[in-house]
Amino acid sequence: MKGIGLAKGLAVTFKTMTRRSTTQQYPDVDPELPPRSRGVIAHIEENCTVCLLCARECPDWAITIESHKEEVIVPGAARARQRNVLDEFNIDFALCMYCGICVEVCPFGALHWSPEFEYAEYDLRDLVHSRDRLREWVMTVPPPPAHDRNGAGAKEEVVAEKALAAAAASAPSQVDACPNDGSGRI
Amino acid sequence: MPAWLDLVVRVLIVIIVIFVAPLVIGQTEHKVMAHMQGRLGPMYAGAYHGWAQLVADAAKFIQKEDITPRAADRPVFKIAPVISMLPYMIVVLVIPLGPGGLVAQKLDIGLFFVLAVFGLGVIAVLMASWASANKFALMGGLRAAAQLLGYELPFVLAAASVAMAAGTLSLSGIVEAWRPWWLIWQLPALVVFFLAGLAEIRRTPFDMPIADSELVAGYLVEYTGLRYAFFMLAEYAGIFVISALTTVLFLGGWKGPFGLDTELGWLWTLIKIACVSFVVLWVRIAYPRLREDQLQRLCWLGLVPAALAQLVLTAGVKLAL
Repeated sequence: MKGIGLAKGLAVTFKTMTRRSTTQQYPDVDPELPPRSRGVIAHIEENCTVCLLCARECPDWAITIESHKEEVIVPGAARARQRNVLDEFNIDFALCMYCGICVEVCPFGALHWSPEFEYAEYDLRDLVHSRDRLREWVMTVPPPPAHDRNGAGAKEEVVAEKALAAAAASAPSQVDACPNDGSGRI
Repeated sequence: MPAWLDLVVRVLIVIIVIFVAPLVIGQTEHKVMAHMQGRLGPMYAGAYHGWAQLVADAAKFIQKEDITPRAADRPVFKIAPVISMLPYMIVVLVIPLGPGGLVAQKLDIGLFFVLAVFGLGVIAVLMASWASANKFALMGGLRAAAQLLGYELPFVLAAASVAMAAGTLSLSGIVEAWRPWWLIWQLPALVVFFLAGLAEIRRTPFDMPIADSELVAGYLVEYTGLRYAFFMLAEYAGIFVISALTTVLFLGGWKGPFGLDTELGWLWTLIKIACVSFVVLWVRIAYPRLREDQLQRLCWLGLVPAALAQLVLTAGVKLAL
């Protein structure tokens, strides 16, 4: 029928008015961000082996790393082992494009996304976050979101379960997988 | 009470109404429009849900520089915003709020007076547009003139229908004569009057003269600060006046559903005005602007014949009764 659209327009606007608005009052009320939000990158130094994969993969060259080698003398070993020691780890968030390749590429779970996003600065240079700043962000990294109930389990859990099952099958032998290593990425 | 004090009080009340009502309607529009669009609207000005947003806006407008373009016709340019406000102020004088002379100025030819004064609106727009010496303003002004002259006709015809039905030109008299079944009898006139009224105050969807996407802001384009604020105030005062006229002419003014008209008449009138104003805002939010040709087509091929048919109907029923 001609003209029914006019009534529909009135009905739609009126219905919308009676519903609650979805606006979030941001500065007054903190937004509820999903755990996977790409706010800022946190760096867990203890997990970092200075492999430089993140710095190399970064498309924007936003990550700079400085390190040196130290000798670790192991008693009884034939010769001293070498170990990388981190001196500097900087991420320039003015360059970062939040692609997350560094987080994906890190083999040791040293880099994580945090949903925190309020780190605007008056000076561009202050957007370079150094080691201590990146360490502070670690506390804001949320636990990983629960998996889809119908989907496959987390890889860590699946591997651990398989190992346990294998261990149970050949009873006295030792279990190799560590079931607690949930945070490490494989 | 001496006559002069009586006069001062009445004029003061009218002035207060004409400045407060637009603010209330404007704030309502902010909120209603926001919620109809799934937003919240202003939330900060004032402590509670941004109730003082328009007060803050007024403070902003006052601080702005008052710019007159070099090529402008200065006195005309400067007086136009005041003229735009004038017809609405004068019309409010004769709108009855309740029975028993609850009106600023009783006038036996109230309806005739209202329709005559309403014609002033086009003068203010033409003054503003021509004096601005701006092509957008001029085009907006010409559109406004074409629209206002066109819509004056159904506006007057629809009002004439109700005057014929009531047998009087007095606004109070029309309300006295009004009966609930007139809602059906005069329905076409009500619709025509409301739509033509929207066009008369250049309100969306009839805001072709302002049409920000085509004419920047039409005849408002050169205005800043307080003068611009005056035009905005006139627009919202226009909503109030059109709602009040629709209420008085077609919705029975102070007549409420439970009797008590002498005590609560003013309240019924205000409630009805509020409801009609809400519809004005609602229509703006729901509908896009009419194109210039659609606008004229609606007037000459839709509203004018409908108003004439209503006149015939009114006359027929009147003769039959």
